[in-house]
Amino acid sequence: MKIHQKICISCPAGCHLEIKENGDGTFDISGNTCPRGKTYAINEMTDPRRVVTAVVATDSAVTPYLPVKTDAPLPFGSIQTLLKKIYAFKLELPAKSGMLLIENIDNTGVNLILTRGSEK
Amino acid sequence: MINHKETDIAVIGAGAAGLSAGAACASEGVRTLIIDREPLPGGVLLQCIHNGFGLHYFKEELTGPEFAGRMEEKARQAGAEFLMDHTVMEIRNQEDKKELVLYSAEDGVTLVHAKAVIFAAGCRERNRGNLGIPGDRVAGIFTAGLAQRLLNMDGFLPGKKAVIVGSGDIGLIMARRLSWCGIKVETVVEILPHPSGLSRNIAQCLDDFNIPLRLATAVTKIGGSDRVEYVRIAPLVNGEPDLSREETIECDTVLFSVGLIPETELIRNCGVTINPVTNGAVADGNMMTSVPGIFSCGNVLHVHDLVDFVAEESELCAKKAVQYIKGRIKGGSQIPTEAVKNLGYVIPNSALCETTRFYMRPRILCPKAVLTVRNGEEIIYQKNVLHVKPAEMITAELSGEKLQNLPEDAKLSFELEPVEVKS
Ligand SMILES: Cc1cc2nc3c(=O)[nH]c(=O)nc-3n(C[C@H](O)[C@H](O)[C@H](O)COP(=O)(O)OP(=O)(O)OC[C@H]3O[C@@H](n4cnc5c(N)ncnc54)[C@H](O)[C@@H]3O)c2cc1C
Ligand code: SF4
Repeated sequence: MKIHQKICISCPAGCHLEIKENGDGTFDISGNTCPRGKTYAINEMTDPRRVVTAVVATDSAVTPYLPVKTDAPLPFGSIQTLLKKIYAFKLELPAKSGMLLIENIDNTGVNLILTRGSEK
Repeated sequence: MINHKETDIAVIGAGAAGLSAGAACASEGVRTLIIDREPLPGGVLLQCIHNGFGLHYFKEELTGPEFAGRMEEKARQAGAEFLMDHTVMEIRNQEDKKELVLYSAEDGVTLVHAKAVIFAAGCRERNRGNLGIPGDRVAGIFTAGLAQRLLNMDGFLPGKKAVIVGSGDIGLIMARRLSWCGIKVETVVEILPHPSGLSRNIAQCLDDFNIPLRLATAVTKIGGSDRVEYVRIAPLVNGEPDLSREETIECDTVLFSVGLIPETELIRNCGVTINPVTNGAVADGNMMTSVPGIFSCGNVLHVHDLVDFVAEESELCAKKAVQYIKGRIKGGSQIPTEAVKNLGYVIPNSALCETTRFYMRPRILCPKAVLTVRNGEEIIYQKNVLHVKPAEMITAELSGEKLQNLPEDAKLSFELEPVEVKS
């Protein structure tokens, strides 16, 4: 049996999770204050994901970059692919916050959206 | 030519605090003017492109710009007026009103007359000068917040190999941001024996990228000829760097994330009493400073780690400012508060006999502690707090009933006592 220590990043409380790996694919989790901690722990052990945030270049001199995020946590393996796409991206203004920029990244069902809009 | 403007409440700063306060004032139907020197509202939130904002307030995890966007929308819908690109140069305390002197490159000087002022001007960053780190005066040294702004708003990459000094949240967030930009973060160096930032940021910004955190370690030199070429670090032994174990780390960029200082020059010049612990104004139960009619909230009052608390505090501040201009503010004596044990400070510095939320900053790091509020020997309030750390503010709400029943000469003492946990 292996024990893992993780910090839940699902909210600022940052609970200290203790994850017991039972060897049969199941886990016993303690230290979480709410059910989200349990879900986070299992995901960390089986399919860790993160929300990715970055900026994309625009065609404007006034607002040369605008911020973006994935609309859900993205599997670790797809993060570098996404970052490359983000750095190659050129956004035409005007654009509105919430606009979809890249759909279904790496077939994960996760999308990249704009988090601030700009007229010019 | 001098421009003139009249308003009921002038809000200085359009960051999270100013926007929340402005929205709350305007929604009560008073004329509200939100002033900021930047072209866009949002303050520091605009450069905080990461997520982790608004979980309490909007019940959703937002990025900084999204949180700012929503607050701005709220303020505009409520009818608040914005005056962007205007810097407040002076606040004059006149008999029945406040006069603000504003300067803008476009319009020159503007005088604003307001019945009350909400001061929400945020913080500036401490820098290398404040710390006195020896070494060469070379290029490639930034405060973390400045680097964040350059990178996230102007797309400027600061270097290729970085060392971050200080483990505050801004530095941690920047470690991840730089890593995602292909910049190698060699290490984060912290002089204290514990990290200054939130645990979740250690996990997702350092551990995810295998960036080592060197605790109880000092920077002994920053060297290079034109640009930074190396940083020397040494572990602390009895508070002194142990030079026999000094190490040299090659890098071309150094970021300092060593804390924020409230930007209070404007209110100091107009006679507001400053709390030497928070570096912000002394605030009473009405969130009012020592100068009647000047209120304060957000990072300029005390440094917050969560924007949700900023919003909550600013809305309360707004409510009180509205009461003030309507002549309905509760006067008379208030119950003084003090932080006596393991707490840096308690805000507000005095309380009214009504339900009040107190904000305090722990000085200790422990898994569990009991927060006790007393008047002399009598215990008025007690609660358990888990994972206590200086990086995370503690709050406590005392009911109006409890506060009303206190004797006239009462004083609220806040103390934090660590508890042994069995493992
Ligand atoms: C890097 C960083 C990361 C953070 N991460 C998180 C997080 O993950 N989650 C979270 O909940 N919170 C986070 N916070 C905390 C939270 O975002 C801040 O506490 C909050 O945004 C501060 O808002 P404010 O309005 O008090 O200050 P600011 O945003 O600094 O706003 C002050 C405004 O006042 C203006 N101003 C100042 N002086 C003048 C003048 N003389 N005339 C005109 N205008 C003036 C400035 O231009 C500025 O716009 C983070 C903070 C930072 C700095
Ligand atoms: S377990 Fe729940 S309360 Fe604890 S950090 Fe995770 S989400 Fe937050």
